[in-house]
Amino acid sequence: MKKEKKMKLSLPEEELMNSGHLACQGCGATLAMRYVLKALGQKVALCIPACCWSVIDGPFPYSSLDVPIFHCAFETAAVSASGVKAGLEMVGDTETTVVAWAGDGGTFDIGIQALSGVAERNDDIIYVCYDNEAYMNTGIQRSSATPYGAWTTTTPVKHFKDRPKKDMEAIMAAHRIPYIATASIGYPEDLFRKTKKAKEIKGTRFLHIYAPCPTGWKSRPEDTIKLARMVVQNATFPLYEIEWGEKYTLNIKLKEKKPIADYLKIQGRFRHLTEKEIASMQEEVDKKWQRLLSLVNSK
Amino acid sequence: MKKVIMGNHALSYGAMLGRAQVISAYPITPQTQVVELLSEMCADKTLDAKFIKVESEHSAMAACLGASLAGARTFTATSSQGLTLMHELLHWASGGRLPVVMGNINRAMAPGWSIWSDQNDSLSQRDTGWIQFYCCSNQEVLDTVIQAFKVSEKLLIPSMVVLDAFSLSHTYEVVDVPEQEKVDAYLPPFKPQIKITPDEPHAFGGLTSPEHYFELRYKLQKDMEKAPALIEETGKEYEKMFGRYLGLVDEYCCDDADIILITSGTVGSTARVAAEELRQEGIRAGNLRIKAFRPFPFETVRNIVKGAEKIAVVDRNISYGHHGMFYEEVKSALYGHNDSLPVFGFIAGLGGRDITPSTFKEITNYALKKKKPEEEIIWIGVKR
Amino acid sequence: MKKNKQAQKIVFKSEKDVPLMPMSIGTMLHNKTGVWRNIKPVIDLDNCIQCGICWKFCPDVSIFVEDEWPVVDYVYCKGCGICAEECPTKCIAMVEEEK
Ligand SMILES: Cc1ncc(C[n+]2csc(CCOP(=O)(O)OP(=O)(O)O)c2C)c(N)n1
Ligand code: SF4
Ligand code: SF4
Ligand code: SF4
Ligand SMILES: [Mg+2]
Repeated sequence: MKKEKKMKLSLPEEELMNSGHLACQGCGATLAMRYVLKALGQKVALCIPACCWSVIDGPFPYSSLDVPIFHCAFETAAVSASGVKAGLEMVGDTETTVVAWAGDGGTFDIGIQALSGVAERNDDIIYVCYDNEAYMNTGIQRSSATPYGAWTTTTPVKHFKDRPKKDMEAIMAAHRIPYIATASIGYPEDLFRKTKKAKEIKGTRFLHIYAPCPTGWKSRPEDTIKLARMVVQNATFPLYEIEWGEKYTLNIKLKEKKPIADYLKIQGRFRHLTEKEIASMQEEVDKKWQRLLSLVNSK
Repeated sequence: MKKVIMGNHALSYGAMLGRAQVISAYPITPQTQVVELLSEMCADKTLDAKFIKVESEHSAMAACLGASLAGARTFTATSSQGLTLMHELLHWASGGRLPVVMGNINRAMAPGWSIWSDQNDSLSQRDTGWIQFYCCSNQEVLDTVIQAFKVSEKLLIPSMVVLDAFSLSHTYEVVDVPEQEKVDAYLPPFKPQIKITPDEPHAFGGLTSPEHYFELRYKLQKDMEKAPALIEETGKEYEKMFGRYLGLVDEYCCDDADIILITSGTVGSTARVAAEELRQEGIRAGNLRIKAFRPFPFETVRNIVKGAEKIAVVDRNISYGHHGMFYEEVKSALYGHNDSLPVFGFIAGLGGRDITPSTFKEITNYALKKKKPEEEIIWIGVKR
Repeated sequence: MKKNKQAQKIVFKSEKDVPLMPMSIGTMLHNKTGVWRNIKPVIDLDNCIQCGICWKFCPDVSIFVEDEWPVVDYVYCKGCGICAEECPTKCIAMVEEEK
C-alpha cells in the first residue's frame, strides 16, 4: 500500500451505537442516532416512544446502544423525558442529558400535546424528531409530516396526500424555546455541531432531523445520503436554527437552488405525480423558501 | 399533631410525609385541593420535591413513570375522566414495575357530566396491575398513602389510594398527622436496585417476543400475590408505631352476624350505623368493608363470612352486562369453598345518589326475605 | 471497540432468570446482519484517498479504521451500497455475493 497517511475522520471515532441492529438496509434514522450519540457522548438517557427505533434497537433482552433507554408510550416521549430529568435530579444526577427521541408521527401527531406542554414549561430536555415522513413502524401510513403529493398506504396514488407537511418549526418557535434546529443526515458535521450546541443550552431544545427511509419511500438504499443532501439543496428541507423563537440563522446558503423534480424522481412514493403537479409543488417550495429568507433577514 | 383537614389534604399530607420526590398532576374536580396544597408545599419547601405541572393527566402519569424509572419516589392524584385518560399508562406502570403511588377520588364517569361519587372510574382500571385501596376516613387516607409507598416499593407494583368524592374528599375530619421522624423511621428512602442511568445502561421496555412476555407477566402476578401478607405486615408495623392498624379489610360485628353487608369506601360507615340500628331491632347484622380490592383478599373474606347465613354485597359501580364488581369478586372468593351461602348483589348510589342507613335496611330486609337471590342485580333506589 | 463487547445470545432457562421488567442486558452483536446481504462492498485501497466518507455514512457501523485504512466488517455489513455510492473516488465496488 501507499504512503503513510492518516485517515480523515470528520466525527469522533467512538461509537455508542453497535452493529447488529434491526434497521433496514440504508436506514437514515439509524445514522441520525449514530451522529447524535457521537455528539452527546455517553452521559445521556433516551426516551424512545413507539417508532421504528423501538424495533431498530433490538428486542428484550438486548439493545444496540451503549446508553440507557426508556421505551415509553407512543404519545409521551417529551414528558417522559421531563419525568426522567426530574427524577435524575432528585436522586443527585444533574449532569445526564435527557433526550426524547421520536419519529415524525410521535412528534407531529400523537405526541404534540405532551411536547407542547414540555416546551411551554421549557423543561430541560433535548427533543429529537427523526423525520421519515410517515408512520413506518406500522407499515408506511401518512402522518402530518408526510409531504404533499406523497404515496403512503393510507394515501394511495389515486388519492395521494393533498395537504402540505405541517410546519413543526413554526409551532415550536411559537413556544419561544431557546433552541430549534433542522438538520439532515446528509450533513453529519452540521448535525454534530447543532447537537453539541444544543447540549450546552438549558431548557427545551428541539432538533428536527431529516432521515430518508428507503423502505417507506421506495427509494434505493444507496440513495439515502444523496436524498438527504438533495432535500437541502432544493430548499425542501432547509437547514436553519431558531433561537428563542425569534433569531433565525440559515446554515447552508444555497448559491443555486436545485429544482425538486430530480429529488422526486428517485423516490417511488412520488412516481405518480404529473409534470403539472410537480410544477405546483415547486411553486410551494419557492414560496416557503422566500418566507424563510424573510425570517432570516428580518433581524 | 391533630389537625382538622379535608380528605384531599389528607392525600397531600400523606405524599408530603412520604417525602415524594417528583409529583406531577393535573387538576380535576373533586381532586383540585390535593394538587393545590402540594404546589404550596413544594413552593415553600415544606416538601423537597419537583412538581411538574403538566398539560394533562396522561402526561402526569408519563412524567411519574419517567421519574420513577430514574429512582425517584413519585406521587400523583386524579379522578374519573383524568384517571381513565391515563389508562394506557397504568399498564405501563405495572408492567414496567414502577411503584408510583396515586390518589384517586371516586367520581362518576361522563356522560352526563357528573362530579359525584361512584366507583366506575377506578374499578374499570382493575386489570391494570395496580394495587387498589378503598378508604373510609381522612385518617385512613393519610395513613394508607404512607403504607402504599412502602408496599409498592417493596413489590415494585404501583398503588392507587381511592376515596369518595365529597363525602371524603371535601369533608373535614380530625386527623392525626404523624411526626416526620416517625414516618421516616417507618418508610425508608426509595432505593431501587435497577434504574435508568448512564452508569449502567439498560434499555427498558423494549420489544418483547412471546418467548419472554409470558414470564414477565407471571412474575408480576406472583409478586401481586405477595401483597396481601405484605399489607398485613406493614399494617401491623404501622399500628405499632402509630396506633392504627391498616389491613386488607375492616370488619364490624361479623363474628355472630346472620347477615353481613359487604361494602367499600365511605359507604362502610353508613353500613355500620345501619347494622347498629338493625341489631337494636334484633337483627344480627355485620359489616365487612373491603379495603384492598387488588389484590383481592380472598382468604380473609372467606374466613370472615364463614359463619354468616347471608351476604349482601352493595356496589356503587357496575360492570355493564354483568354485575356489581365487588359482588363478582365476593362470589368468586366463595366459589368451591362455601357454595351454599346465598350472596345477594345490590347496586346503589350510582352518580352520587345518596346511600343512607335506610338504604341498608331495605337491603337487609330484602335479603332476609328471600332464600336466595332471584335477580342477577338487585337495584336499590332506581325510580321505576 | 466492538471486538471486546459481549456478542452472545442470552437464554433464560427459567422465569427465575428473567428480570422483573423487560430490560436489556446484552448487545445485538450476536445478530450477524451480514447474512442479509446480496451484494457486498469491496474496497480498492489503491484508489482510496482515506477520506473517511464511507466510514462516516455507514448506517451499520460496518466500516472501521484499521492502520489508517477503511475495512469492511462483513459480519455485519448489510450491503446497502451507501459507501460505494458516496465514495468520492468510486473505489468501492458492490459485487455479487457468492452464496
Ligand atoms: C397509542 C398508540 N397508537 C398507535 C400505536 C401504533 N404505532 C406504533 S409506531 C406508530 C407509527 C410511528 O410513526 P413515527 O413516529 O413516524 O415513527 P416511525 O415508525 O416512522 O419511525 C404507530 C401508529 C401505538 N404504539 N400506540
Ligand atoms: S422502515 Fe425506514 S426508518 Fe424504519 S428501519 Fe426501515 S429504513 Fe429505517
Ligand atoms: S454496504 Fe452499507 S452496510 Fe455495508 S459497509 Fe457499505 S455502507 Fe455499510
Ligand atoms: S470513501 Fe472511498 S476514498 Fe474515502 S476512505 Fe472510503 S474507500 Fe477510501
Ligand atoms: Mg415516521
